[in-house]
Amino acid sequence: MKKLLIVDDSNIIRSKIARCLGKYGLEIAGMASNGQEALAQFKATRCDLVTMDLTMPHMDGIECIRALREIDAHVRILVVSALADKATAILALKEGAQGFLCKPFTESDLTEAIGELISDDDND
Amino acid sequence: MTEAELRIFIGIVQHYFEQQTGRLAEMGTPFLGDPNALPIFDFTGVIGISGNRRGCVYFTAPSEMLRQILVHGGESDVSRENLADLAGEISNTISGNARRAFGHEFMISVPIVVTGREQSISLPESVKAYVMPFRWREQDAALVVSVV
Repeated sequence: MKKLLIVDDSNIIRSKIARCLGKYGLEIAGMASNGQEALAQFKATRCDLVTMDLTMPHMDGIECIRALREIDAHVRILVVSALADKATAILALKEGAQGFLCKPFTESDLTEAIGELISDDDND
Repeated sequence: MTEAELRIFIGIVQHYFEQQTGRLAEMGTPFLGDPNALPIFDFTGVIGISGNRRGCVYFTAPSEMLRQILVHGGESDVSRENLADLAGEISNTISGNARRAFGHEFMISVPIVVTGREQSISLPESVKAYVMPFRWREQDAALVVSVV
């Protein structure tokens, strides 16, 4: 079972992602409300997958993606953000995310996006 | 703000409610708000705007509307903390989605949530505040955009 770390400063979004991807068969190994917490939890859990918000206090998502990449070159990262402009999506992908899902999202949007991430990983 | 720019925000609000609840928000006619009497409901999520534009965007809604949105989304915890969290998240989503039209230099802050109708939101009088009222399931709420 693949392990997932959920990073978002909104409790209700963390809860929504956990409900949805728990049903999808992922193990929710950790949840963090900012980049700093995410790094600490990632070091402790070594998750396979991360959902990453971008606009967060203390350490934002782009900075956190860079730091995660230095720890683990193989972790799969799906950005889940309200920032809907192309430049932000391109920057996130360039920094090391593999997918970008724009808020607001439905359960099927999320499972489809995470499914693509897992499928790409299995094909690597 | 131009009329076309206001329409962008109206479209984002409509998309949010349609996608998240399956029911459209009925948008009222936008109007220029009195800076000393801006609308405020039980929970208000405020986003600061910087970069190529400056000002703020806020979403304000009654508890019952936020509670129903949470329940519709499968959230069983409808505590005040989660109602406040949702108000902040909606304001963040609306402002973030606006970058599709305004570009990545339309910088948004993390949300600040104001709780209670007795509070007031003070905006600089020199910046026009446009109020976009709407109804969803018989309840009134508003988006206020004050950006130059």
